[in-house]
Amino acid sequence: MTDKDWRNFGLAVVGLAIAACLPLSGNGYYLTIGVTIAMYVVLATSWALFSGPTHYISLATAAFYGLGTYVVALGIDDVPYIVLLVIALVVGAVSAALVGLATLRLSGVYFVIFTLGLAEMVRQVVTWVQSNWGGHQGNYVLTDITEEIIYWELLALAACVYLAGWLIGRSRLGFALKIIGNDEVVAAHSGINTARSKVLLFMVSGMVASLVGAILAPRWTYIEPSIAFSPMLSFQVVIMALLGGVKRLWGPLVGVIPFTLLWEAVSISFPNQTLLLMGVAFLLIVYTIPHGFVGLLETYSARFRERKG
Amino acid sequence: MDILITGLLLGGIYALMAMGLSLQYGVARIMNLANGEMLVVGAFAAFWFFTVAQLSPLISVFLIAPVIFALNWLIYQFMLLPLVKRAKSQGQLEVDSILATFGMSFILVGLMVAVFGGDYFNYTFLAEPMEILGNTYAANRVVAFLMAMLIGGLLYLWLNHTRPGMAMRAVSVDTEAAGLVGIDVQRMSALAFALGGTVTAIGGGFISTFQTMDASIGILFTMKALIIVIMGGVGDIRGTIVAALVLGLLETFIATVIDPGLTLAAAYLMFILVLLFRPQGFFGRKPS
Amino acid sequence: MARSILSVQNLTKKFGGLVAVNGMTFDVGEHEVLGLIGPNGSGKTTMMNLISGALKPTSGSISLQGTRISDLPAQEINRKGVARTFQLVRLLPSLNVIENVIAGAVFGHRKRWGVEAENYAREMLERVGLQVAGDAPVSTLTYIDQKRLELARVLASDPKILLLDEWLAGLNPTELETGISLIRDLRNDGRTIILVEHVMDAIRSLCDRCVVMNSGTKIAEGTPAEVLADREVIRAYLGDDDA
Repeated sequence: MTDKDWRNFGLAVVGLAIAACLPLSGNGYYLTIGVTIAMYVVLATSWALFSGPTHYISLATAAFYGLGTYVVALGIDDVPYIVLLVIALVVGAVSAALVGLATLRLSGVYFVIFTLGLAEMVRQVVTWVQSNWGGHQGNYVLTDITEEIIYWELLALAACVYLAGWLIGRSRLGFALKIIGNDEVVAAHSGINTARSKVLLFMVSGMVASLVGAILAPRWTYIEPSIAFSPMLSFQVVIMALLGGVKRLWGPLVGVIPFTLLWEAVSISFPNQTLLLMGVAFLLIVYTIPHGFVGLLETYSARFRERKG
Repeated sequence: MDILITGLLLGGIYALMAMGLSLQYGVARIMNLANGEMLVVGAFAAFWFFTVAQLSPLISVFLIAPVIFALNWLIYQFMLLPLVKRAKSQGQLEVDSILATFGMSFILVGLMVAVFGGDYFNYTFLAEPMEILGNTYAANRVVAFLMAMLIGGLLYLWLNHTRPGMAMRAVSVDTEAAGLVGIDVQRMSALAFALGGTVTAIGGGFISTFQTMDASIGILFTMKALIIVIMGGVGDIRGTIVAALVLGLLETFIATVIDPGLTLAAAYLMFILVLLFRPQGFFGRKPS
Repeated sequence: MARSILSVQNLTKKFGGLVAVNGMTFDVGEHEVLGLIGPNGSGKTTMMNLISGALKPTSGSISLQGTRISDLPAQEINRKGVARTFQLVRLLPSLNVIENVIAGAVFGHRKRWGVEAENYAREMLERVGLQVAGDAPVSTLTYIDQKRLELARVLASDPKILLLDEWLAGLNPTELETGISLIRDLRNDGRTIILVEHVMDAIRSLCDRCVVMNSGTKIAEGTPAEVLADREVIRAYLGDDDA
């Protein structure tokens, strides 16, 4: 590890330690926002791990998240919570692998289309299975897991995601993904198994999303398919990651925090226009800052260096 | 037999809507994720004309069409053309247009919710029974199907037997070569995008005569149209029609025999089969 | 001819009704430089795509040292030691110069990683005579330097066989001289090379043997001097009237 790595590592530890103190403030409102931010940080960062280097836009976050939530909803009465988290992880990884194997061997468009309706499709199937064999539509999730615990769980997961992202960035897999994102034909002709690399990283992002869903499930007391599989979630994750920028590991973080805070304010002031405003925000980002805050920062620092040099 | 005819009737409408998307993707190279919302706009407009002015959807779609055409033309000129110009590669344009049209779809849904509210809407038009081959079907479905076939047929003839239609097909085959033989690619793309949006919206007007809709249902239609276009092969009208009929049949079959709540799952089933076995489309050759 | 390393047997590729490569059979010997020549549209690039695995043959086979490779995907063929350049140079624009070369070294025939890969990549940059900083962005390179960089990437995997698809095309006369002497150096290193080329000077001075294609079939094979004097080859290039 270089000096710079140690410095970043130190910063990350300090940042996490400070963030971990939030529940001590005793303010429930702050904690709720903290949970939301932590959730989106994990989701957007893990989304960017895959979609950043490959430019394959995944809209499947809500599907994996919903699966994780449902694992907990179905098993909470019979299985220890910690085991459910592991199951959610596996379910997320396996379903991401299946989606990846079906679509990632082909052009990127097929992948986007497939993920676009995935959450809705899974919702239909879950609803159908439940109403035919489950006998009821939803499930009660009654646990003694508090908001604080959820928050700390998410922070721990965030730490894991950053660590994983850093390791992948230095690994052959990360390098392979970068080459694939540049030119898939060259990648294949350089000996890279392109489909395998893409599927592996998509699995990472899918299992994290599923785990987040499982961690957040106790927040609801009653879970039904339309709550678990909300397509809005995929959209919000994409928008926040893009706002921050996907070229750096910390990019999504700087997108999530301002956006979540802004969104809190917006959805309180204009509760009926959230969809419209979300669309406007999305277009603003795509048209004005296509590379996010990270891109802006890099442009400015390049200009600054030019002026100095 | 019942399933067969109902499925074909539905498939006919799907064919019309997918032809719209096919024009937008095949010619203008825009993967339009707001396509389904344009369909809902058409449905809303037909609904509005019917409830406010008692105007038959069969007439009102032709009043709506020029407006939708203009709207889509403006969207292409002011929203998508900058992306086309900015993109360094086809891949870049694909990503940008997916993101941009996705944002637009939310804006359209948001606007429709703001104007009409988020409730389901439907109206009664030609709901009398009609007998075909011994079974009865709702007349609105039959009429919608016939109209879709008529418009689809006219579009097909226009594409194959007129100069602008020919030019449009040329752009779809090879953008660069089309430019070299003196076709105004940019104008053709704008035209194709606008025409595609119009065709889809007209399809929406017809669908609204027999199906209950709401502002946020567009994405389901987008999915179905996308799957049909991929299954049929991009830019292949014959393939699109066959794929639409197959999807109409499969969906009707699953809705009747298993559960009406599984229509999207039906579309996915077909999508997966196509991805695994014929990713180049029904009639497509393997890409070289 | 030395011991055969690559053997193409009765290879055919059809695109729908079009037969792009029709029953091609030839061998490439170890340390040999084989020129694949023929008029435009004769199927040379398709042939290269078949060898590198970018396309799958309709029928027939390609074997590398006796093992059949024509069913394998491109990445497997590359790992077995066949590496190629592209007709239109393909670099990785978001990676810098040295990373572009390392990209060839990590996953291919002979795998290297970390410091070893970087050192080897520098060696390859030197080998192709590219004198720019490793962290320079590729957008700053001149055309011949882009071609050099692509060649360095391909060499970085230590391929048994090098496929050069019109690597000399588009160079100006001085660059062409540099380019030819660079390939001659590679030849002197004992590398096995298949090159598709239109530049006749290069073919005469570099190739041990040539295979001439026309409309997808092999019409001649032999030393450059032999094939270039062949009546059928002249007819293929110049048309019936001039023969």
